[in-house]
Amino acid sequence: MRDRLIERILLLAATSAVAMLALITVFIFREGLPVIFDQGPLSFVTGLTWAPSLGQYGVLPMIAGSALVTAGALVVGLPLGLACAITLAEMAAPRARAVLKPTIELLAGVPSVVYGFIGMEVLVPFIRNAPLLGGPGYSALAASVILAVMVLPTIISISIDAIEAVPRSFREGSYALGATQWQTITGVVLPAARSGIVAAVILGMGRAVGETMAVIMVAGNSVQLPHSLLDPVRTLTANIALEMGYASGAHAQALFATGIVLFVVSLCLNEIAGRVRGRSRVSVVVAADAPADAEARAELLGDSGMRPSRMEPSL
Amino acid sequence: MTTTATLAMLFAAGCTRATARNSGDVVLAGSTSIQPFAERWAEDYTLGRVTVQSGGSTAGIKAAHDGTADVGMSSRQLHAAESEGLVQTVVARDGIAVIVHRANPVHALTLAQLRGIYAGTIRSWRTVGGVDAPITVITREEGSGTRDTFQERVMGDGVGIAREALVTAYSGGLRKMVAEDPNAIGYVTFSQLNARVHALALDGVMPTEQTIRDASYHLQRPFLFLTRGAPTGASEQFLQFVLSPRGQSIARAEGLAPVATY
Repeated sequence: MRDRLIERILLLAATSAVAMLALITVFIFREGLPVIFDQGPLSFVTGLTWAPSLGQYGVLPMIAGSALVTAGALVVGLPLGLACAITLAEMAAPRARAVLKPTIELLAGVPSVVYGFIGMEVLVPFIRNAPLLGGPGYSALAASVILAVMVLPTIISISIDAIEAVPRSFREGSYALGATQWQTITGVVLPAARSGIVAAVILGMGRAVGETMAVIMVAGNSVQLPHSLLDPVRTLTANIALEMGYASGAHAQALFATGIVLFVVSLCLNEIAGRVRGRSRVSVVVAADAPADAEARAELLGDSGMRPSRMEPSL
Repeated sequence: MTTTATLAMLFAAGCTRATARNSGDVVLAGSTSIQPFAERWAEDYTLGRVTVQSGGSTAGIKAAHDGTADVGMSSRQLHAAESEGLVQTVVARDGIAVIVHRANPVHALTLAQLRGIYAGTIRSWRTVGGVDAPITVITREEGSGTRDTFQERVMGDGVGIAREALVTAYSGGLRKMVAEDPNAIGYVTFSQLNARVHALALDGVMPTEQTIRDASYHLQRPFLFLTRGAPTGASEQFLQFVLSPRGQSIARAEGLAPVATY
Protein backbone atom coordinates (compact mmCIF):
# COMPACT_ATOMS: atom_id res chain seq x y z
CA MET A 1 0.00 0.00 0.00
CA ARG A 2 2.67 2.46 1.02
CA ASP A 3 4.90 1.27 -1.79
CA ARG A 4 2.16 1.92 -4.28
CA LEU A 5 1.61 5.40 -2.94
CA ILE A 6 5.29 6.22 -3.28
CA GLU A 7 5.26 4.70 -6.73
CA ARG A 8 2.39 6.97 -7.70
CA ILE A 9 4.11 10.04 -6.35
CA LEU A 10 7.28 9.22 -8.23
CA LEU A 11 5.32 8.60 -11.40
CA LEU A 12 3.65 11.98 -10.99
CA ALA A 13 7.00 13.68 -10.53
CA ALA A 14 8.38 11.93 -13.58
CA THR A 15 5.45 12.79 -15.81
CA SER A 16 5.40 16.41 -14.66
CA ALA A 17 8.88 16.90 -16.08
CA VAL A 18 7.78 15.45 -19.39
CA ALA A 19 4.58 17.49 -19.26
CA MET A 20 6.64 20.62 -18.76
CA LEU A 21 8.62 19.89 -21.89
CA ALA A 22 5.41 19.17 -23.78
CA LEU A 23 3.87 22.44 -22.60
CA ILE A 24 6.90 24.45 -23.60
CA THR A 25 6.89 22.79 -27.00
CA VAL A 26 3.21 23.46 -27.54
CA PHE A 27 3.59 27.05 -26.40
CA ILE A 28 6.57 27.85 -28.63
CA PHE A 29 4.90 26.32 -31.65
CA ARG A 30 1.55 27.96 -30.99
CA GLU A 31 3.18 31.38 -30.68
CA GLY A 32 5.65 31.00 -33.50
CA LEU A 33 3.88 29.05 -36.22
CA PRO A 34 1.44 31.80 -37.31
CA VAL A 35 4.31 34.09 -38.35
CA ILE A 36 6.07 31.27 -40.16
CA PHE A 37 2.95 30.52 -42.15
CA ASP A 38 2.13 34.18 -42.78
CA GLN A 39 5.60 34.62 -44.15
CA GLY A 40 5.72 31.24 -45.85
CA PRO A 41 7.96 28.62 -44.21
CA LEU A 42 10.48 28.73 -47.05
CA SER A 43 10.83 32.49 -47.13
CA PHE A 44 11.09 32.53 -43.33
CA VAL A 45 13.99 30.10 -43.31
CA THR A 46 15.72 31.42 -46.46
CA GLY A 47 14.84 35.12 -46.14
CA LEU A 48 17.79 37.50 -45.92
CA THR A 49 15.97 40.49 -44.47
CA TRP A 50 15.04 40.78 -40.83
CA ALA A 51 13.11 44.03 -40.46
CA PRO A 52 10.36 43.66 -37.87
CA SER A 53 9.32 47.29 -38.33
CA LEU A 54 8.54 46.50 -41.98
CA GLY A 55 7.02 43.11 -41.20
CA GLN A 56 9.85 41.20 -42.87
CA TYR A 57 11.12 38.17 -41.07
CA GLY A 58 13.91 36.15 -42.65
CA VAL A 59 16.22 34.17 -40.42
CA LEU A 60 18.83 32.88 -42.88
CA PRO A 61 21.49 35.34 -41.64
CA MET A 62 20.93 34.06 -38.10
CA ILE A 63 21.06 30.42 -39.20
CA ALA A 64 24.29 31.18 -41.04
CA GLY A 65 25.59 33.05 -37.99
CA SER A 66 24.86 30.16 -35.65
CA ALA A 67 26.40 27.68 -38.09
CA LEU A 68 29.53 29.77 -38.57
CA VAL A 69 30.30 30.38 -34.90
CA THR A 70 29.55 26.75 -34.05
CA ALA A 71 31.82 25.48 -36.82
CA GLY A 72 34.48 27.95 -35.74
CA ALA A 73 34.17 26.82 -32.13
CA LEU A 74 34.71 23.20 -33.18
CA VAL A 75 37.68 23.99 -35.43
CA VAL A 76 39.38 25.67 -32.49
CA GLY A 77 37.99 23.52 -29.71
CA LEU A 78 38.09 19.98 -31.12
CA PRO A 79 41.88 19.60 -31.59
CA LEU A 80 42.49 21.20 -28.21
CA GLY A 81 39.82 19.14 -26.49
CA LEU A 82 40.88 15.87 -28.08
CA ALA A 83 44.53 16.48 -27.28
CA CYS A 84 43.59 17.24 -23.72
CA ALA A 85 41.40 14.13 -23.46
CA ILE A 86 44.14 11.86 -24.89
CA THR A 87 46.72 13.31 -22.56
CA LEU A 88 44.54 12.92 -19.51
CA ALA A 89 43.23 9.47 -20.33
CA GLU A 90 46.35 7.84 -21.75
CA MET A 91 49.48 9.71 -20.80
CA ALA A 92 49.21 11.90 -17.74
CA ALA A 93 50.52 10.72 -14.41
CA PRO A 94 47.75 9.95 -11.94
CA ARG A 95 48.76 12.92 -9.78
CA ALA A 96 48.58 15.41 -12.65
CA ARG A 97 45.29 13.89 -13.68
CA ALA A 98 43.81 14.27 -10.24
CA VAL A 99 44.42 18.00 -10.51
CA LEU A 100 43.68 18.61 -14.19
CA LYS A 101 40.41 16.78 -14.64
CA PRO A 102 38.45 18.56 -11.89
CA THR A 103 39.92 21.86 -13.08
CA ILE A 104 38.58 21.29 -16.56
CA GLU A 105 35.21 20.37 -15.16
CA LEU A 106 35.31 23.62 -13.19
CA LEU A 107 35.58 25.42 -16.51
CA ALA A 108 32.02 24.28 -17.25
CA GLY A 109 30.82 25.99 -14.10
CA VAL A 110 31.99 29.46 -15.06
CA PRO A 111 28.90 31.55 -15.93
CA SER A 112 28.69 32.40 -19.61
CA VAL A 113 28.45 36.13 -18.92
CA VAL A 114 31.96 35.93 -17.46
CA TYR A 115 33.28 34.38 -20.68
CA GLY A 116 31.47 37.10 -22.61
CA PHE A 117 32.96 39.85 -20.49
CA ILE A 118 36.48 38.50 -20.87
CA GLY A 119 35.82 38.30 -24.59
CA MET A 120 34.69 41.92 -24.69
CA GLU A 121 37.59 43.21 -22.62
CA VAL A 122 40.43 41.13 -24.04
CA LEU A 123 39.57 39.32 -27.24
CA VAL A 124 37.60 42.02 -29.07
CA PRO A 125 40.24 44.77 -28.70
CA PHE A 126 42.91 42.20 -29.60
CA ILE A 127 41.15 41.30 -32.86
CA ARG A 128 40.49 44.96 -33.65
CA ASN A 129 44.13 45.97 -33.22
CA ALA A 130 45.96 42.86 -34.35
CA PRO A 131 47.78 43.00 -37.68
CA LEU A 132 46.09 40.81 -40.34
CA LEU A 133 42.84 40.77 -38.35
CA GLY A 134 41.20 44.16 -37.76
CA GLY A 135 37.60 45.21 -38.37
CA PRO A 136 35.35 46.16 -35.49
CA GLY A 137 36.58 43.28 -33.33
CA TYR A 138 33.03 42.18 -32.57
CA SER A 139 32.98 39.27 -34.95
CA ALA A 140 32.28 35.63 -35.71
CA LEU A 141 35.92 34.99 -34.86
CA ALA A 142 35.57 36.41 -31.35
CA ALA A 143 32.42 34.38 -30.77
CA SER A 144 34.07 31.22 -32.10
CA VAL A 145 37.08 31.51 -29.82
CA ILE A 146 34.93 32.18 -26.75
CA LEU A 147 32.61 29.29 -27.64
CA ALA A 148 35.60 27.01 -28.21
CA VAL A 149 36.66 27.55 -24.62
CA MET A 150 33.09 27.01 -23.47
CA VAL A 151 32.65 23.68 -25.29
CA LEU A 152 36.02 22.32 -24.11
CA PRO A 153 34.71 20.79 -20.86
CA THR A 154 31.95 18.96 -22.75
CA ILE A 155 34.29 17.64 -25.43
CA ILE A 156 37.04 16.71 -22.99
CA SER A 157 35.01 14.93 -20.35
CA ILE A 158 32.91 12.89 -22.77
CA SER A 159 35.97 12.01 -24.86
CA ILE A 160 37.83 10.89 -21.75
CA ASP A 161 34.92 8.63 -20.85
CA ALA A 162 34.96 7.21 -24.37
CA ILE A 163 38.70 6.59 -24.35
CA GLU A 164 38.62 5.00 -20.92
CA ALA A 165 35.85 2.68 -22.00
CA VAL A 166 38.15 1.05 -24.52
CA PRO A 167 39.05 -2.30 -22.90
CA ARG A 168 42.54 -2.71 -21.53
CA SER A 169 43.04 -5.84 -23.62
CA PHE A 170 43.00 -3.71 -26.80
CA ARG A 171 46.00 -1.76 -25.69
CA GLU A 172 47.78 -4.83 -24.44
CA GLY A 173 47.15 -6.55 -27.76
CA SER A 174 48.56 -3.59 -29.60
CA TYR A 175 51.67 -3.39 -27.46
CA ALA A 176 52.13 -7.15 -27.86
CA LEU A 177 52.26 -6.61 -31.61
CA GLY A 178 55.13 -4.18 -31.06
CA ALA A 179 53.22 -0.91 -31.48
CA THR A 180 54.47 2.21 -29.69
CA GLN A 181 52.22 4.14 -27.34
CA TRP A 182 51.44 6.73 -30.00
CA GLN A 183 50.68 4.03 -32.58
CA THR A 184 48.40 2.36 -30.06
CA ILE A 185 46.54 5.61 -29.41
CA THR A 186 46.07 6.60 -33.04
CA GLY A 187 45.67 3.09 -34.44
CA VAL A 188 43.61 1.31 -31.79
CA VAL A 189 42.28 3.49 -28.98
CA LEU A 190 40.95 6.43 -30.98
CA PRO A 191 39.23 4.30 -33.64
CA ALA A 192 37.67 2.23 -30.90
CA ALA A 193 36.45 5.33 -29.08
CA ARG A 194 35.33 7.02 -32.29
CA SER A 195 31.59 7.02 -31.75
CA GLY A 196 31.97 8.35 -28.23
CA ILE A 197 34.15 11.15 -29.52
CA VAL A 198 31.64 11.96 -32.25
CA ALA A 199 28.94 12.13 -29.60
CA ALA A 200 31.17 14.50 -27.60
CA VAL A 201 31.53 16.74 -30.64
CA ILE A 202 27.80 16.79 -31.29
CA LEU A 203 26.98 17.59 -27.67
CA GLY A 204 29.60 20.33 -27.84
CA MET A 205 27.85 21.65 -30.92
CA GLY A 206 24.59 21.67 -29.01
CA ARG A 207 26.21 23.74 -26.30
CA ALA A 208 27.62 26.17 -28.85
CA VAL A 209 24.33 26.57 -30.72
CA GLY A 210 22.42 27.17 -27.50
CA GLU A 211 24.85 29.63 -25.93
CA THR A 212 23.42 33.13 -25.81
CA MET A 213 24.89 35.65 -23.42
CA ALA A 214 28.58 35.26 -24.22
CA VAL A 215 27.81 35.35 -27.94
CA ILE A 216 25.69 38.49 -27.76
CA MET A 217 28.51 40.26 -25.98
CA VAL A 218 31.18 39.59 -28.60
CA ALA A 219 29.53 38.71 -31.92
CA GLY A 220 28.38 42.20 -32.95
CA ASN A 221 24.88 40.97 -33.83
CA SER A 222 24.57 42.42 -37.35
CA VAL A 223 21.86 40.77 -39.41
CA GLN A 224 23.94 39.91 -42.45
CA LEU A 225 25.43 36.91 -44.18
CA PRO A 226 29.04 37.01 -43.03
CA HIS A 227 31.71 37.22 -45.74
CA SER A 228 34.58 36.49 -43.42
CA LEU A 229 35.28 35.45 -39.86
CA LEU A 230 35.98 39.09 -39.05
CA ASP A 231 32.42 40.15 -39.91
CA PRO A 232 29.93 40.61 -37.11
CA VAL A 233 27.20 37.98 -37.06
CA ARG A 234 23.96 37.37 -35.20
CA THR A 235 23.03 33.91 -33.95
CA LEU A 236 19.52 32.51 -33.50
CA THR A 237 19.74 32.73 -29.73
CA ALA A 238 21.10 36.27 -29.86
CA ASN A 239 18.21 37.31 -32.07
CA ILE A 240 15.69 36.29 -29.43
CA ALA A 241 17.57 37.72 -26.46
CA LEU A 242 18.38 41.02 -28.15
CA GLU A 243 14.91 41.91 -29.26
CA MET A 244 12.65 40.36 -26.65
CA GLY A 245 12.71 43.52 -24.54
CA TYR A 246 10.39 45.64 -26.61
CA ALA A 247 8.95 43.14 -29.05
CA SER A 248 5.18 42.88 -29.24
CA GLY A 249 2.62 41.43 -31.61
CA ALA A 250 3.99 39.86 -34.78
CA HIS A 251 7.54 40.80 -33.79
CA ALA A 252 7.26 38.79 -30.58
CA GLN A 253 5.78 35.89 -32.53
CA ALA A 254 8.67 36.06 -34.97
CA LEU A 255 11.03 35.66 -32.04
CA PHE A 256 9.13 32.55 -30.99
CA ALA A 257 9.44 31.38 -34.58
CA THR A 258 13.20 31.87 -34.27
CA GLY A 259 12.87 29.69 -31.18
CA ILE A 260 11.19 26.98 -33.28
CA VAL A 261 14.15 26.92 -35.66
CA LEU A 262 16.50 26.68 -32.70
CA PHE A 263 14.34 23.99 -31.11
CA VAL A 264 14.42 21.87 -34.26
CA VAL A 265 18.20 22.27 -34.66
CA SER A 266 18.80 21.33 -31.00
CA LEU A 267 16.45 18.37 -31.23
CA CYS A 268 18.23 17.09 -34.33
CA LEU A 269 21.65 17.41 -32.70
CA ASN A 270 20.40 15.66 -29.60
CA GLU A 271 18.88 12.88 -31.66
CA ILE A 272 22.06 12.40 -33.71
CA ALA A 273 24.17 12.32 -30.55
CA GLY A 274 21.80 9.76 -29.04
CA ARG A 275 21.94 7.56 -32.14
CA VAL A 276 25.70 7.66 -32.39
CA ARG A 277 25.99 6.59 -28.78
CA GLY A 278 23.20 4.05 -29.07
CA ARG A 279 25.01 2.40 -31.97
CA SER A 280 28.17 2.22 -29.95
CA ARG A 281 26.41 0.55 -27.04
CA VAL A 282 25.02 -2.11 -29.33
CA SER A 283 28.43 -2.74 -30.84
CA VAL A 284 29.94 -3.22 -27.40
CA VAL A 285 27.57 -6.10 -26.81
CA VAL A 286 28.38 -7.57 -30.20
CA ALA A 287 32.09 -7.22 -29.59
CA ALA A 288 31.90 -8.76 -26.17
CA ASP A 289 30.01 -11.77 -27.45
CA ALA A 290 31.92 -12.40 -30.64
CA PRO A 291 35.26 -14.10 -30.26
CA ALA A 292 36.74 -12.02 -33.06
CA ASP A 293 40.29 -10.82 -33.36
CA ALA A 294 41.31 -7.56 -31.69
CA GLU A 295 41.33 -5.51 -34.86
CA ALA A 296 37.79 -6.40 -35.83
CA ARG A 297 36.65 -5.70 -32.31
CA ALA A 298 38.40 -2.38 -32.31
CA GLU A 299 36.61 -1.56 -35.54
CA LEU A 300 33.26 -2.35 -34.00
CA LEU A 301 33.68 -1.08 -30.56
CA GLY A 302 33.14 2.35 -29.23
CA ASP A 303 32.55 3.79 -25.85
CA SER A 304 30.46 1.93 -23.33
CA GLY A 305 29.02 2.29 -19.91
CA MET A 306 28.57 6.03 -20.24
CA ARG A 307 25.50 7.69 -18.86
CA PRO A 308 23.74 9.44 -21.70
CA SER A 309 24.02 13.01 -20.47
CA ARG A 310 21.40 15.35 -21.75
CA MET A 311 22.14 18.37 -23.83
CA GLU A 312 20.59 21.60 -22.68
CA PRO A 313 19.28 23.72 -25.50
CA SER A 314 19.00 27.03 -23.67
CA LEU A 315 16.06 28.40 -25.58
CA MET B 1 3.13 73.68 -31.62
CA THR B 2 -0.35 72.68 -30.58
CA THR B 3 1.06 71.02 -27.52
CA THR B 4 2.18 74.35 -26.13
CA ALA B 5 -1.35 75.65 -26.45
CA THR B 6 -2.61 72.51 -24.77
CA LEU B 7 -0.18 73.09 -21.98
CA ALA B 8 -1.41 76.64 -21.43
CA MET B 9 -4.99 75.42 -21.46
CA LEU B 10 -4.13 72.79 -18.96
CA PHE B 11 -2.67 75.30 -16.56
CA ALA B 12 -5.68 77.54 -16.98
CA ALA B 13 -7.99 74.62 -16.36
CA GLY B 14 -5.96 73.59 -13.36
CA CYS B 15 -6.24 77.01 -11.78
CA THR B 16 -9.91 77.59 -12.27
CA ARG B 17 -11.33 74.15 -11.73
CA ALA B 18 -9.98 72.85 -8.46
CA THR B 19 -11.09 69.29 -8.02
CA ALA B 20 -12.93 68.17 -4.94
CA ARG B 21 -11.03 64.88 -4.68
CA ASN B 22 -8.04 64.97 -2.40
CA SER B 23 -6.81 61.62 -3.49
CA GLY B 24 -7.34 59.61 -6.58
CA ASP B 25 -5.57 56.76 -8.21
CA VAL B 26 -4.20 57.26 -11.67
CA VAL B 27 -3.37 54.51 -14.13
CA LEU B 28 -0.69 55.28 -16.70
CA ALA B 29 0.08 53.00 -19.63
CA GLY B 30 2.28 53.08 -22.69
CA SER B 31 5.81 53.82 -23.79
CA THR B 32 8.53 51.73 -22.21
CA SER B 33 10.87 54.69 -22.72
CA ILE B 34 8.76 56.93 -20.50
CA GLN B 35 7.99 54.23 -17.95
CA PRO B 36 11.07 54.69 -15.72
CA PHE B 37 10.51 58.46 -15.59
CA ALA B 38 6.80 58.03 -14.91
CA GLU B 39 7.73 55.75 -12.05
CA ARG B 40 10.02 58.44 -10.65
CA TRP B 41 7.17 60.94 -10.78
CA ALA B 42 4.82 58.41 -9.21
CA GLU B 43 7.29 57.91 -6.35
CA ASP B 44 7.16 61.56 -5.37
CA TYR B 45 3.46 62.06 -6.00
CA THR B 46 1.57 62.23 -2.73
CA LEU B 47 -2.02 62.90 -3.74
CA GLY B 48 -2.85 59.36 -4.77
CA ARG B 49 -1.45 56.12 -5.99
CA VAL B 50 -0.08 56.04 -9.52
CA THR B 51 0.13 52.77 -11.39
CA VAL B 52 2.50 52.67 -14.35
CA GLN B 53 2.09 49.99 -16.99
CA SER B 54 4.35 49.64 -20.00
CA GLY B 55 3.56 48.09 -23.34
CA GLY B 56 4.80 50.58 -25.89
CA SER B 57 3.60 53.87 -27.28
CA THR B 58 1.02 52.29 -29.57
CA ALA B 59 -0.49 50.41 -26.66
CA GLY B 60 -0.48 53.65 -24.64
CA ILE B 61 -2.36 55.54 -27.34
CA LYS B 62 -4.89 52.74 -27.56
CA ALA B 63 -5.26 52.63 -23.78
CA ALA B 64 -5.97 56.36 -23.69
CA HIS B 65 -8.55 55.96 -26.45
CA ASP B 66 -10.50 53.12 -24.95
CA GLY B 67 -10.10 54.32 -21.37
CA THR B 68 -8.24 51.29 -19.99
CA ALA B 69 -5.74 53.83 -18.66
CA ASP B 70 -6.41 57.35 -17.37
CA VAL B 71 -3.30 58.62 -19.06
CA GLY B 72 -1.60 57.13 -22.09
CA MET B 73 2.13 57.62 -22.58
CA SER B 74 3.67 58.01 -26.00
CA SER B 75 7.29 58.70 -26.87
CA ARG B 76 6.48 59.37 -30.51
CA GLN B 77 4.33 61.87 -32.36
CA LEU B 78 0.80 60.65 -32.99
CA HIS B 79 -0.51 60.04 -36.50
CA ALA B 80 -3.49 62.15 -37.49
CA ALA B 81 -5.93 59.28 -37.08
CA GLU B 82 -4.56 58.39 -33.66
CA SER B 83 -4.75 61.87 -32.20
CA GLU B 84 -8.48 62.31 -32.70
CA GLY B 85 -10.25 62.91 -29.40
CA LEU B 86 -7.00 62.86 -27.42
CA VAL B 87 -5.45 65.83 -25.66
CA GLN B 88 -1.66 65.68 -25.86
CA THR B 89 0.55 67.18 -23.20
CA VAL B 90 4.31 67.33 -23.62
CA VAL B 91 5.73 66.47 -20.19
CA ALA B 92 9.40 66.41 -21.14
CA ARG B 93 11.71 66.12 -24.12
CA ASP B 94 14.26 63.43 -24.65
CA GLY B 95 17.25 64.20 -26.84
CA ILE B 96 19.31 61.55 -28.55
CA ALA B 97 23.01 62.28 -28.78
CA VAL B 98 25.20 60.94 -31.56
CA ILE B 99 28.44 59.86 -29.92
CA VAL B 100 31.97 59.07 -31.08
CA HIS B 101 35.29 58.18 -29.47
CA ARG B 102 36.96 61.00 -27.54
CA ALA B 103 39.95 61.00 -29.85
CA ASN B 104 37.83 61.37 -32.97
CA PRO B 105 38.63 64.71 -34.67
CA VAL B 106 35.12 64.93 -36.13
CA HIS B 107 32.95 67.14 -33.95
CA ALA B 108 29.98 67.86 -36.17
CA LEU B 109 27.96 66.16 -38.88
CA THR B 110 25.11 67.26 -41.04
CA LEU B 111 21.94 65.19 -40.89
CA ALA B 112 22.61 64.08 -44.45
CA GLN B 113 26.08 62.85 -43.51
CA LEU B 114 24.70 61.02 -40.48
CA ARG B 115 22.05 59.42 -42.67
CA GLY B 116 24.74 58.39 -45.17
CA ILE B 117 26.84 56.81 -42.42
CA TYR B 118 23.95 54.80 -41.04
CA ALA B 119 22.66 53.83 -44.48
CA GLY B 120 26.11 52.50 -45.32
CA THR B 121 26.84 54.91 -48.20
CA ILE B 122 29.51 56.79 -46.25
CA ARG B 123 32.04 54.25 -45.02
CA SER B 124 35.16 56.20 -44.17
CA TRP B 125 35.70 58.95 -41.61
CA ARG B 126 37.73 60.79 -44.26
CA THR B 127 34.55 61.52 -46.24
CA VAL B 128 33.25 63.57 -43.33
CA GLY B 129 36.53 65.28 -42.46
CA GLY B 130 38.12 62.71 -40.18
CA VAL B 131 40.95 60.24 -40.40
CA ASP B 132 41.24 57.65 -43.15
CA ALA B 133 39.59 54.76 -41.32
CA PRO B 134 36.44 52.71 -41.82
CA ILE B 135 33.49 53.77 -39.68
CA THR B 136 32.20 51.24 -37.15
CA VAL B 137 28.48 51.90 -37.08
CA ILE B 138 26.66 50.83 -33.92
CA THR B 139 22.90 50.83 -33.53
CA ARG B 140 20.24 49.70 -31.06
CA GLU B 141 18.06 46.65 -31.60
CA GLU B 142 14.76 46.57 -33.49
CA GLY B 143 11.92 47.61 -31.22
CA SER B 144 13.99 50.02 -29.13
CA GLY B 145 12.34 53.42 -28.76
CA THR B 146 15.68 55.16 -29.17
CA ARG B 147 16.19 53.36 -32.47
CA ASP B 148 12.64 54.20 -33.59
CA THR B 149 13.29 57.88 -32.94
CA PHE B 150 16.63 57.73 -34.72
CA GLN B 151 15.02 55.98 -37.68
CA GLU B 152 12.21 58.53 -37.84
CA ARG B 153 14.23 61.71 -37.27
CA VAL B 154 17.41 60.84 -39.15
CA MET B 155 16.76 58.10 -41.66
CA GLY B 156 13.20 58.94 -42.62
CA ASP B 157 10.92 56.59 -44.53
CA GLY B 158 12.37 54.01 -46.81
CA VAL B 159 16.02 54.31 -45.76
CA GLY B 160 17.00 51.53 -43.43
CA ILE B 161 20.00 51.25 -41.13
CA ALA B 162 22.75 49.28 -42.87
CA ARG B 163 22.92 45.53 -42.24
CA GLU B 164 26.59 45.75 -41.34
CA ALA B 165 25.84 47.93 -38.32
CA LEU B 166 26.71 46.34 -34.98
CA VAL B 167 23.67 45.88 -32.77
CA THR B 168 23.41 46.03 -29.01
CA ALA B 169 20.41 46.01 -26.70
CA TYR B 170 21.87 48.24 -24.00
CA SER B 171 22.60 51.94 -24.20
CA GLY B 172 25.30 51.60 -21.55
CA GLY B 173 26.87 48.80 -23.56
CA LEU B 174 26.70 50.90 -26.71
CA ARG B 175 28.47 53.77 -24.97
CA LYS B 176 31.19 51.38 -23.82
CA MET B 177 31.65 50.08 -27.37
CA VAL B 178 32.02 53.63 -28.68
CA ALA B 179 34.36 54.61 -25.85
CA GLU B 180 36.73 51.78 -26.75
CA ASP B 181 36.74 51.92 -30.54
CA PRO B 182 38.33 55.07 -32.05
CA ASN B 183 36.36 54.55 -35.27
CA ALA B 184 32.94 53.91 -33.78
CA ILE B 185 29.78 55.98 -33.97
CA GLY B 186 26.60 55.33 -32.02
CA TYR B 187 23.64 57.06 -30.43
CA VAL B 188 22.29 57.12 -26.88
CA THR B 189 19.67 59.10 -25.02
CA PHE B 190 20.93 62.43 -23.72
CA SER B 191 20.94 61.18 -20.13
CA GLN B 192 23.51 58.52 -21.06
CA LEU B 193 26.12 61.06 -22.19
CA ASN B 194 29.29 61.09 -20.12
CA ALA B 195 32.94 62.06 -20.34
CA ARG B 196 34.06 58.77 -21.89
CA VAL B 197 32.57 59.71 -25.27
CA HIS B 198 31.85 62.93 -27.04
CA ALA B 199 28.63 64.08 -28.63
CA LEU B 200 28.48 65.46 -32.16
CA ALA B 201 26.74 68.64 -33.23
CA LEU B 202 24.03 67.91 -35.79
CA ASP B 203 23.55 70.54 -38.48
CA GLY B 204 25.62 72.83 -36.25
CA VAL B 205 23.59 72.32 -33.07
CA MET B 206 25.04 70.55 -30.04
CA PRO B 207 22.61 68.53 -27.91
CA THR B 208 22.16 70.43 -24.65
CA GLU B 209 19.23 70.82 -22.32
CA GLN B 210 18.59 74.22 -23.88
CA THR B 211 18.70 73.13 -27.55
CA ILE B 212 16.54 70.11 -26.83
CA ARG B 213 13.96 72.20 -24.98
CA ASP B 214 13.69 74.86 -27.67
CA ALA B 215 13.60 72.14 -30.35
CA SER B 216 16.57 73.57 -32.24
CA TYR B 217 18.33 70.22 -31.78
CA HIS B 218 16.69 67.99 -34.34
CA LEU B 219 17.25 64.49 -32.98
CA GLN B 220 14.76 64.40 -30.14
CA ARG B 221 11.37 63.10 -29.20
CA PRO B 222 8.58 64.43 -27.05
CA PHE B 223 7.32 62.50 -24.05
CA LEU B 224 3.57 62.82 -24.39
CA PHE B 225 0.83 62.22 -21.86
CA LEU B 226 -2.49 61.56 -23.55
CA THR B 227 -5.94 61.94 -22.11
CA ARG B 228 -9.33 61.48 -23.64
CA GLY B 229 -10.52 65.06 -23.69
CA ALA B 230 -9.03 67.60 -21.31
CA PRO B 231 -7.61 65.88 -18.22
CA THR B 232 -9.90 65.92 -15.21
CA GLY B 233 -9.83 64.80 -11.60
CA ALA B 234 -6.96 62.62 -10.56
CA SER B 235 -5.32 62.68 -14.00
CA GLU B 236 -5.37 66.45 -14.00
CA GLN B 237 -3.79 66.61 -10.57
CA PHE B 238 -1.06 64.22 -11.57
CA LEU B 239 -0.35 66.14 -14.77
CA GLN B 240 -0.14 69.36 -12.78
CA PHE B 241 2.38 67.73 -10.51
CA VAL B 242 4.45 66.49 -13.45
CA LEU B 243 4.50 69.96 -15.00
CA SER B 244 5.15 71.71 -11.70
CA PRO B 245 8.67 72.95 -10.82
CA ARG B 246 9.05 69.87 -8.63
CA GLY B 247 7.99 67.44 -11.36
CA GLN B 248 10.13 69.13 -13.97
CA SER B 249 13.18 69.19 -11.72
CA ILE B 250 12.77 65.43 -11.32
CA ALA B 251 12.75 65.15 -15.12
CA ARG B 252 15.91 67.24 -15.33
CA ALA B 253 17.63 65.22 -12.63
CA GLU B 254 16.87 62.09 -14.62
CA GLY B 255 18.47 63.54 -17.74
CA LEU B 256 15.44 64.76 -19.64
CA ALA B 257 14.96 68.28 -20.92
CA PRO B 258 12.14 69.94 -18.98
CA VAL B 259 9.42 71.63 -20.99
CA ALA B 260 9.18 74.78 -18.93
CA THR B 261 11.69 76.96 -17.10
CA TYR B 262 11.01 78.22 -13.67
